[in-house]
Amino acid sequence: MSPINYVYLAALLFTIGAAGVLIRRNAIVVFMCIELMLNAANLTLVAFSRMHGNLDGQIMAFFVMVVAAAEVVVGLAIIVMLYRARHSASVDDASLMKL
Amino acid sequence: MIGLLVGVPLLGAAVLLCGGRRLDRTGHWLGTLLAAVSFAIGAALFASMLGEDAESRAMHSKLFSWVPVEGFQADVAFQLDQLSMTFVLLITGVGTLIHLYSVGYMEHDPGRRRFFGYLNLFLAAMLLLVLADNYLLLYVGWEGVGLASYLLIGFWQHKPTAATAAKKAFIVNRVGDAGLAIAIFLMFTTFGTFAFAPVLSSAGDASEGQLTAIGLMLLLAACGKSAQVPLQSWLGDAMEGPTPVSALIHAATMVTAGVYLITRSGAIFNGAPDAQLVVVVVGAVTLLFGAIVGCAKDDIKKALAGSTMSQIGYMILAAGLGPIGYAFAIMHLVTHGFFKAGLFLGAGSVMHGMNDEVDMRRYGGLRKYMPVTFVTFGLGYLAIIGFPGLSGFFSKDQIIEAAFAKGGTEGWILGAVTLLGAAITAYYMTRVMLMTFFGEERWRQAPTPSPAEPDVEPAAETRGEHAEPHPHESPKVMTIPMIVLAFGSVFAGGIFKAGDSFVNWLEPVTAFEHGHSPVSATTVTAATVVSLVIGVGAAWFQYGRKPVPVVAPRGNLLTRAARRDLLQDDFNHVVLVSGGTHLTRSLVYVDHKVVDGAVNGTAATFGGLSGRLRRLQNGFARSYAVSMFGGAAVLIAATLLMRAV
Repeated sequence: MSPINYVYLAALLFTIGAAGVLIRRNAIVVFMCIELMLNAANLTLVAFSRMHGNLDGQIMAFFVMVVAAAEVVVGLAIIVMLYRARHSASVDDASLMKL
Repeated sequence: MIGLLVGVPLLGAAVLLCGGRRLDRTGHWLGTLLAAVSFAIGAALFASMLGEDAESRAMHSKLFSWVPVEGFQADVAFQLDQLSMTFVLLITGVGTLIHLYSVGYMEHDPGRRRFFGYLNLFLAAMLLLVLADNYLLLYVGWEGVGLASYLLIGFWQHKPTAATAAKKAFIVNRVGDAGLAIAIFLMFTTFGTFAFAPVLSSAGDASEGQLTAIGLMLLLAACGKSAQVPLQSWLGDAMEGPTPVSALIHAATMVTAGVYLITRSGAIFNGAPDAQLVVVVVGAVTLLFGAIVGCAKDDIKKALAGSTMSQIGYMILAAGLGPIGYAFAIMHLVTHGFFKAGLFLGAGSVMHGMNDEVDMRRYGGLRKYMPVTFVTFGLGYLAIIGFPGLSGFFSKDQIIEAAFAKGGTEGWILGAVTLLGAAITAYYMTRVMLMTFFGEERWRQAPTPSPAEPDVEPAAETRGEHAEPHPHESPKVMTIPMIVLAFGSVFAGGIFKAGDSFVNWLEPVTAFEHGHSPVSATTVTAATVVSLVIGVGAAWFQYGRKPVPVVAPRGNLLTRAARRDLLQDDFNHVVLVSGGTHLTRSLVYVDHKVVDGAVNGTAATFGGLSGRLRRLQNGFARSYAVSMFGGAAVLIAATLLMRAV
């Protein structure tokens, strides 16, 4: 199977993630969609690494995973605190940063 | 030694002005003493100067470097030559006499200590002016006398008229001072220095245009300080000051600073005939202008002020004639210093005895009440009209002769103007004399009540003061200076004229050429005497033959104009004040509408724009995400598009 198909799959996953971020209100779901987009990016990195026959892309993918894990820790903590404070996990409810 | 001349009165001013109330009882004597010390130093220097040869008489002393900058050297240095010496003796001599007179005149004034402090300040500034060896230091003295003049005109600042007159004098003088400043700038750019010696010795190297520009600016300065047309309007109002001030500053010394400036800068004017012509014209116009004003004034001091203006016109005219006139300008200046100071002190003495009444129509027949004042004033009067044998005769006659010697049509015109001026001088001075000392006693005659007068009774003491003056002779401390000045008025001219001593004395500084007059000296003298007789006769015909009305008659058009200083104030008001007001108003309008409009408009535009832009900040994380995605998409599209191209 040609590695280019993985790139198509990654594009598909990224689009789904982006649409999810824009459309869904629940913070958890938005968060998961962000993960989806990150992993789509990882998939392209690995796929291109395979296509070009060098390992730089794979190393980069590991970095992304580590950063994503750290981000999940912080992000989930924020969402939990948000939920505790406002009894809702809707991102549209937290629209206080405006004039 | 030269520095002491300036330093002594300056010390006096500092002590008197900073010393406070504890000097109230002795301050006036201290001030007088220091003026006398200054005169003594001057006299000692004069004596040592006489011991030298004519060529090596000039003394120079550098006190310190004021602005030691590469290419710009300003020193505080004094130069005492024959011209300065003449002024030093006049200033300190007349100054000391007037200090002495003021002791009596200001006896009951609560601000007497301050008055003497200002007088000393004036002496110091005036001495600095005539002793400076460069134009910048002269400028310091020039401003100093302006300040002292302002302070002294406004000495009774509780009177609104005095305060206004002081401001007027100060402001009009500023115009002239600006001229002096510009003249100094021009000198520096032309010669690279402003010290007298290098500027005057290299004046020949500069182009005529440069010299004319410098000369005209110097003339503007002289017009301001010496009350010449068109900057003369302040002198009449300056008479609001105490009379000793009018005598010292606004008759004998300060107002002659312009003549000093022009004479000192003779080398510049000699190279600029056009500037000289303007000087002569200004002098001739002022000569007649002041004389006409002097004829119409009923206020004794203002009549004398008109006369001062006119006499300084003579001096400026003589100074404008070049080397044939400089010495005579200074000679007339000195004799004028004597007799005009004497006349003013006489006027002050009359006012002192008449409860400060200045209207000559309320005088009359004072000669038997004030014999000393009458005699000294009378001698001053004879001197100023140029009665043969007295000071004014010699000095004025010389100027008239020099005016004819100018040559050509100009010479005839100038000669005629000076002769006419002599006739008018005789007229107005005789008028003053007759109205004050002769005729019937008019101060008891009640003035006809004018409808404008308020019905309320004036306060008791004011009424008591003005109801019935008891004319009396002034105390000795006032009459002695008048007597000394009267001696000067009588003999100074003769001494100066004898063997041309004055001209020879000044010659090393001002240079001298004998003018060649188209008419002989005897004819000129005869013409002068004839014009004198005509003037006196006309005045007697009008004021001596018949009684003088207490209320001034309406008079013809010229008289009414002359009473208003020949409409000078009206002219200034219409042209300068209204013009200036309109100019500033329109500038304010432009400032409000155009400048402020542009600034405020820009601010409002950006304010409105940002008000609309901030609506984009709505707080919804998802809409921010849309803009991020949109932006990223646009960037990618742009990148791809660029690649494709």
